[in-house]
Amino acid sequence: MLYDITLRISYDYASPAVGGRHLVRLLPLDIAGQQRLVAGHLEITPRPSERFEQTDFFGNRVTEFSHRAPHESIVLKMQARIDRLPGPAPLAATPLAALAGELALCRDMGPDAPLHFLAGSPRAPLDGAMTAYARAAVHPGMTTAEAVAAVAAALYRDIRFDAKATTVDTPAAEAFAKRRGVCQDYSHIMIACLRGIGIPAAYVSGFLRTIPPPGKPRLEGADAMHAWVRAWCGAQAGWVEVDPTNNCTAGADHVVVAYGRDYSDVAPVKGMLRVSGNRKSAQAVDVIPLPG
Amino acid sequence: MKGQAVPLPPDTRLFDSYRPLPGVPDELVDANGAMRPAWAGLIDHLSGMTPLQIDQAFAQGDQHLADAGVFFRKYGDATLAARDWPYRAVPIILPESEWSGIAAGLIQRAEVLEHVVADLYGANTLVANGYLPAALIAENPEWLRPMVGVQPRSGHYLHFMAFEIGRGPDGRWWVLADRTDAPSGAGFALENRVASTRVFPDLYRQTNVHRLAGFFRQFRDALDRLRQNPASRVGILSPGPLTDTYYEQAYIARYLGMALLEGEDLTVEDGQLRIRTVQGLAPVDVLWRRMDGIWCDPLELNENSALGTPGLMSAIRQGHVAMVNALGVGVLETQALMAFLPAISQVLTGQPLSLPNVATWWCGTDAALAHVRANAGQMMIGAALSTRMPFEGTARHAIGGQMRGGEDDADLHDWLTDNAGALVGKELVTLSTTPVYEAGALVPRPMTIRVFLARTAQGWQVMPGGFGRIGSTEDTTAISMRNGGSVADVWVVSDHPVETATLLSSPPDRFERAQPGPLPSRAADNLFWLGRYIERTEGILRLVRAYNSRLCESATEPLLKTIRDRLTFYRIDPAQPLPEGLRATMSSAVYSASQIRDRFSVDGWAALQDLDKSMGRMANSATVGNDAALVMSVLLRKIAGFSGLVHENMYRTAGWQFLTIGRSLERAAMMTELLAAMADPDAPQGGLDLAIEVGDSTMVHRQRYAVLTSRETVIDLLALDEFNPRSVRFQLGVIGKQVQNLSAGRAPGQMTAFERKVLALDTGLALHTVQTLDTAALKAIHADILDLSNALNSAFLH
Repeated sequence: MLYDITLRISYDYASPAVGGRHLVRLLPLDIAGQQRLVAGHLEITPRPSERFEQTDFFGNRVTEFSHRAPHESIVLKMQARIDRLPGPAPLAATPLAALAGELALCRDMGPDAPLHFLAGSPRAPLDGAMTAYARAAVHPGMTTAEAVAAVAAALYRDIRFDAKATTVDTPAAEAFAKRRGVCQDYSHIMIACLRGIGIPAAYVSGFLRTIPPPGKPRLEGADAMHAWVRAWCGAQAGWVEVDPTNNCTAGADHVVVAYGRDYSDVAPVKGMLRVSGNRKSAQAVDVIPLPG
Repeated sequence: MKGQAVPLPPDTRLFDSYRPLPGVPDELVDANGAMRPAWAGLIDHLSGMTPLQIDQAFAQGDQHLADAGVFFRKYGDATLAARDWPYRAVPIILPESEWSGIAAGLIQRAEVLEHVVADLYGANTLVANGYLPAALIAENPEWLRPMVGVQPRSGHYLHFMAFEIGRGPDGRWWVLADRTDAPSGAGFALENRVASTRVFPDLYRQTNVHRLAGFFRQFRDALDRLRQNPASRVGILSPGPLTDTYYEQAYIARYLGMALLEGEDLTVEDGQLRIRTVQGLAPVDVLWRRMDGIWCDPLELNENSALGTPGLMSAIRQGHVAMVNALGVGVLETQALMAFLPAISQVLTGQPLSLPNVATWWCGTDAALAHVRANAGQMMIGAALSTRMPFEGTARHAIGGQMRGGEDDADLHDWLTDNAGALVGKELVTLSTTPVYEAGALVPRPMTIRVFLARTAQGWQVMPGGFGRIGSTEDTTAISMRNGGSVADVWVVSDHPVETATLLSSPPDRFERAQPGPLPSRAADNLFWLGRYIERTEGILRLVRAYNSRLCESATEPLLKTIRDRLTFYRIDPAQPLPEGLRATMSSAVYSASQIRDRFSVDGWAALQDLDKSMGRMANSATVGNDAALVMSVLLRKIAGFSGLVHENMYRTAGWQFLTIGRSLERAAMMTELLAAMADPDAPQGGLDLAIEVGDSTMVHRQRYAVLTSRETVIDLLALDEFNPRSVRFQLGVIGKQVQNLSAGRAPGQMTAFERKVLALDTGLALHTVQTLDTAALKAIHADILDLSNALNSAFLH
């Protein structure tokens, strides 16, 4: 499936900002067998004083830029054409009970190695309540993939989508206690749950194609960046991507931008700038399937 | 050479009454009860002194440390409470022959650790080949992923490190802890040395004690050689005054002549690291880091860090900064690593570690877990990934089989079973004892030594001495150290004369006058505010004195009310004999000064502390009226002492200029405010005399005008007079002069908005006469003076 994705993020500052430095992870990844980046481009306005492109530890594309002169706004505009491929059929997952044994043998330290995603991380620390919840949602006879699906289903059932209940900085434990949140909260909660029962779990930042209700037109700019979870189901099955917000396997509608241990590794925009007064931001995303 | 009993001095009571603990090795006395030869000189010296003489000599050391302002601060302690440094005057003494074995073992360990960390951020063969469990690295918060694959510009990860060592029951030395990330204590070792030379001036000269200066000189030279830009200075990267070792950082920055920088002082441009200074951006490409690695860059490392510099990691990646030590070396402090280091040493160097570390078992394997479980009574058990010993913190741990810490009760064996991979067991270490002097006698106390190593052009150098820590009781288990204790100097004594050059007296090949580095904007800001707060404190003291002394006289209520209005303007409650608002202003001055300890003379800081403490003391006893007026006079004399010290002793660099601008600006502002009220035609009777008194110009006025005060004479003397240091005009002139100095070297014609405002204000006032300078004009000038503060900020301090 071919998509044209556009994203526009703007920041407006009440008083001019100086000395700003940002890291952004917005361009979709090229992943063999899963998605192909046909073309991609990131435009930054005003033109930055410095701009570097680099790849981070997890293989994500990072653009670093800074503005020296005072500026009252920053606009980021990303355009990409993506070919989302039907992934290979999943291989047999390791029984949950055998997963720890496989992990103990692991000596891989590469970016996709499961051990990076097993311990608590800054935004998804291990938490007794979430571990207990996950343990109750699975049973020892399950395969790891079944356990992952069971946790996702439980969270989908118990947590209400509520864009007003949390902010980008709400800790996972707090969102879990409220049983409310958005895709970022669902993902952090699910990651903490899975790690708590010994399943490596990663945070995926990306785009989701939304399908308008029957008979209604697609609203321009109505899509948003999305987040879901990648779980390691054993040496043979490897990583499986699951979307707890929608209780489904991530598939043809999901386009990956970045992988990390949690949001802090993959935040679409990270910035430090000296500014006084308020700032406003706006975001518009379109994920448009191309015919053919 | 075999240790032989030395002839004892005539009075042997001090030594004879010393009783080492049974079965515990002691530094003074060997296993046979004989004195170790290296101590003979010291014991001889002490035995020749009366208890009174000893007390007097030891007091010299404490006095030095008090004078030097040595203090620790606890993080987050907003009260700026200082506490004394518990210092033991009797040094720990080791013979050179024993020390060289320790030094060789630590150098070997440093080399092994360099190999390990280079591998962990490079090829990762130790993990791939099974010498280190992958989980210990992948799950380790100190293993910084942004550093993976980044080559340190200097070619090495480790340049300066510290090891905590102690002597075990069999008399051998053990490494208790590796300090690689941002080791502290070298400056404290230096301070302790200075203190012990005060206590034992003659003995120190006569004994062949290895000096410390050579070590610091070599390290400073090594850092200088790491620079690529010869115009740059080496900086010390500090987490700031809220760190408990900030004093030490400021001390060592002064001693080595390096810039003490905080994250906010730095910025990155085009991948190059720069210092923000009052003269613009200045290059810096070598940082001796005293900040833990994860805090150094909020963009790529801990996102909650307010201490770091955004972009620092990027500059490192581009090879533009040499970090001492490289970011990420904190992973070497991981407790569990000690379990694998002995085998890794064999693999990497073909040699066993010549100084063993504390025996350690990572519970992530069945065999190790079983061993720890079976021997828990002789172990401490704690977090495998911690960088501190199990007992150094509040997290759950077990000592000798007893659970400690944590929020709820837990069973040791369940805890081990449930968390095996996250736990580590370590042998419970016991320490040797060393003598301390207490109540006229020597008594044994457990001790450890922190030893420092620096990488130089000649390889690793070991500081011949160290930072000795001494337990507070006879309990010789290593955990007794957590209950606090004291510190001591460490003497490495040679059989031969030692090199005695100090760092300061070493003659350079050719004399070059050292240029002061550019002033960081943050330091300038603090100096400016220190100047303002000190001057405001003085102004308030004068007003409070004037008010209280008039309470008992026949002052009219309208005059008293006018003074009260002035005080209220400065948030002072006139009803309080020593107003809280006054103390708050003084505290702000102390706070500003505490941010820039490295730029401050020791005496200046002591005078400021004295002033602050006196205020605190007097606040309890002063009463409204004449008594309060007298107290204000005492405080005014003390503040004059501080101002005098600063004026006489402070080097006339940009820092002085900002301090001076702050003082002059505040004095000019307070005076215009006072005149607007007291020289107004409608002001109550006595207002003019009060202005002259607060302006400390009574004598001058009498000599100059020989008449009673009038509005004209007062305005002339306190606003327009160019030669009266209390006048507004005089102070604007001072500001103007400082501005010229600050702008020197800049292209002509490029005036900042600040300079234009100073010039306009000064000229405007010069054109006034006593007739035109009415209350409205004074109020306008007052507003303009306060506005200068904002203009200064935009011109120099962003």
